[in-house]
Amino acid sequence: MLNKEQARNILNKVLEYSRADETEVSLGGGTFALTRFAQNIVHQNTMERGYEVSVRTVLGKKTGRASTNRLTDKDLKRVVETALDITRHIPDDPELLPVLEPQEYRRLETPARNTVIFSPDKQLKLVGKIINLARGHGLKASGSLSHTLGSLEEYGERGIFAVANSKGLFAYYGRQLSSLSVTIEGEDSSGWARQEGLGLAELNPETLAATAIDKAIKSQNPRLIDPGEYTVILEPAAVASLVWFLVDGFNALAYYEGRSFLKDKLGQKLAGENFTMLDDAYHPLYSERPFDDEGILKKKVILFDRGVAANLVYSRKEARKHKAEPTGHGLQVPNPWGARAGNIVVMGGEETLEEMIRTTEKGLLVTRFWYNRLVDPMRVIVTGMTRDGTFLVEKGKIKYGVKNLRFNQSVLEIAKNIRALSSPIKIEGMVVPAMKVDHFNFTSTTEF
Amino acid sequence: MRELAELALDVTRIKGAVYADIRIIAVKGESLIIKNGQVSHIHCSEDRGFGVRVIVDGAWGFASSDELTRNEIKRVAAQAVKIAKASALYKGRGVVLTPVVKAVTHWSTPFEIDPFTISLSEKIDLLLSIDKALRQVKEVKIARGNMEFQKKSQLFASTTGSFIEQESLSSAAGYAAIAINQDDLQIRSYPSSFGGQYMTRGYELIQELALEENASRIAEEAAALLKAPQCPTGYKDIILDSSQLALQIHESCGHPAELDRVLGTEADFAGRSFLTPDKLHSFLYGSPVINIVADSLTPGGMGTYGFDDEGVPAQRWYLVKEGLFCGYLTSRQTAPEIGLNHSQGAMRACNWNRLPLIRMNNVSLEPDQWNLEDLIADTKDGVFMETNRSWSIDQLRYNFQFGTEIGWEIKNGKKGKMLKNPTYQGITPQFWQACDAVCNDNYWVLWGVPNCGKGQPEQIIATSHGAAPARFRQVMVGVGYVK
Repeated sequence: MLNKEQARNILNKVLEYSRADETEVSLGGGTFALTRFAQNIVHQNTMERGYEVSVRTVLGKKTGRASTNRLTDKDLKRVVETALDITRHIPDDPELLPVLEPQEYRRLETPARNTVIFSPDKQLKLVGKIINLARGHGLKASGSLSHTLGSLEEYGERGIFAVANSKGLFAYYGRQLSSLSVTIEGEDSSGWARQEGLGLAELNPETLAATAIDKAIKSQNPRLIDPGEYTVILEPAAVASLVWFLVDGFNALAYYEGRSFLKDKLGQKLAGENFTMLDDAYHPLYSERPFDDEGILKKKVILFDRGVAANLVYSRKEARKHKAEPTGHGLQVPNPWGARAGNIVVMGGEETLEEMIRTTEKGLLVTRFWYNRLVDPMRVIVTGMTRDGTFLVEKGKIKYGVKNLRFNQSVLEIAKNIRALSSPIKIEGMVVPAMKVDHFNFTSTTEF
Repeated sequence: MRELAELALDVTRIKGAVYADIRIIAVKGESLIIKNGQVSHIHCSEDRGFGVRVIVDGAWGFASSDELTRNEIKRVAAQAVKIAKASALYKGRGVVLTPVVKAVTHWSTPFEIDPFTISLSEKIDLLLSIDKALRQVKEVKIARGNMEFQKKSQLFASTTGSFIEQESLSSAAGYAAIAINQDDLQIRSYPSSFGGQYMTRGYELIQELALEENASRIAEEAAALLKAPQCPTGYKDIILDSSQLALQIHESCGHPAELDRVLGTEADFAGRSFLTPDKLHSFLYGSPVINIVADSLTPGGMGTYGFDDEGVPAQRWYLVKEGLFCGYLTSRQTAPEIGLNHSQGAMRACNWNRLPLIRMNNVSLEPDQWNLEDLIADTKDGVFMETNRSWSIDQLRYNFQFGTEIGWEIKNGKKGKMLKNPTYQGITPQFWQACDAVCNDNYWVLWGVPNCGKGQPEQIIATSHGAAPARFRQVMVGVGYVK
């Protein structure tokens, strides 16, 4: 992957080639390896390398952007000319801000813990452990193992990302990321587990396989149950896939446009006392760059403070407009979306998943949800399906696996009805706990 | 380019590959978004690279790079072989490919006006004019219009001796009006949601979409939805417009017919399928009026090509014929699993850095006999639903729930009041078996769906689906809006 000086060299060339009033340039990319397995065989094993240079030029109050994945001098000159050509042809933006002054950053580089140099052989060795365990139980393993040195927008993130501008700003960040996802299938059941770490050495394939195998075995012969209102115990992956729908509500642009569920409700108590959610790129389970797409230092922002909708995340543009401080969550300029809180942390509690089960008279344990979609943006009603391990809990014990169910549920109502929280883990790109929630609304069932 | 491709294939042969192919791809793109009178996104992009796919010891390997030099070609080709050798430790029965005829040819999508020759100013002026019309309606707080153009050149070369050059050009445009009051938000899009219409055509598509002519109506409908009554809950006959039906086909027929899903390779991510091979030629997927065809040759489709990414020529075949499930989307590796001695050519990758997967091409519902007016007149108690707003389906593709932007009550054969938040839910085969009427080819539209996701790393690819409005009897509507 390109190191800091190599990245600086490329960005400086672009700045030199530009004849614009102001220029901003970013570089993202790296190397990405992925092994996919299914039905106990490896069916996809890939490696890619790539970078993208994105140039924004400014002429007066006009700005335009062009990008290329070719890094030769000739191509860099051409992308600058393309950006300039675009810029000349578009109308003035009266709200356009000058490019950012140089900034001071904290923790600019976070080396991966337990760094392991990846190779196809090492990846196969990890995957092989899972396949062998599944075979030993007469089950079938599917999943993926990915490893990133930098990243090409895997899950919308960039690993190696550098930004510079004609005022002398320069910021660089590089990281490693690894993840392992395992699905174990039986004749009429399945179980799933996932782990995310900062390097292959942090992954534990045996533990993940054992969890998924246990779920697949326990959910054999699933029974059909009636849809309706249940107490649910949501494992962290299920929580992450729901909490995600609250995030854009805290985007200042969405808020001031009136399209956020927070419209006229900022400062009000909308959730339970035990629900605190923040954006914190500096949380120890994250390894995120500490600056946004323009180079603004990321701040820790409390979004829900003990149930109260507390603060928004601002790009520079929205901050200027509404007399606030930018929070370091801005996206590439110009954009129609505003700012994004990308490092969500939901504060946990002291109960374990086992304690949540033990204290449940009747409820459902949900491993994960699938195909969640927003039905009503103002009430944050989301629909989706359970998947890969849904269990009926009665009198403090897991009784049996159930056929999957569809839910239609307001995520805001979930945040009001939390009865217990575990300690959080990093999963599905967020840091979230397991939750026990009352009054969760399932509306229909399916065939398996 | 041909010389570089030959070099890659030579390296893989020397290193022990029994099969190899390379795709060298260059993509040029332009996208712009106008929001509330401002250019809020404008971007021109160039992207180029290559990917090498090999079979060694019965296992696949794939490597790619953005650096098109002889040294990098050699490094990446060798890397692909190394990866395949590692994969061979867990290869199962080993990969066997159905044969394909060698092709040395050039293919391209036809177009009349190259959108890259139209000035940015002209495109921006059109979107600004629409934006202004949308914001004439005071309840419309957000107006958003977009255009997107892409030119893709690809060289495919393989050890079977094929050298296939393909060029495709696509254009897209659309807009949305978002009306907001104290406690509600409603959206209307034109000509469809998700950025409008997408086709492999030139700028003539934009000129034919009647974008400006429909702007006032769309803005007024968005505002009217704020005051419209909620879609009732219960079992009703529903008539779906062609754009909503396009997504219904995509989710509940196209995806479950992908043979790689059926065989389990997406079990951990995109999911599997209820259309298991034992159902082929025996399962009643829908009613006798349901004929669903997969067609890589449909003019203007986003899934239209001369050859797929395995060098298999474009074809047309039925997935469902008179209600009977009769076909899959296949690859050279999976075709024998259902008794075929050739692939029907449905392998596509979203770019040079991704491995080809089985993807929908243009999967369409064939038109039948009805006029829409007659169909409404023939419906006693129903809802007419237009333009997708939300969509969700289980991982085997049985239980789905869709929401649309706007609905219209049908009472005793007459289209009546507007309904907001229309949703419907069902189980795929029961739903298609409940279809008793499909409109004729005057109403049939080929809709581009730009955001189909599958695979890891996720590959977003465009497909197309043609449909005419159709009626489904006694479907659960009004789900989702619980208090």
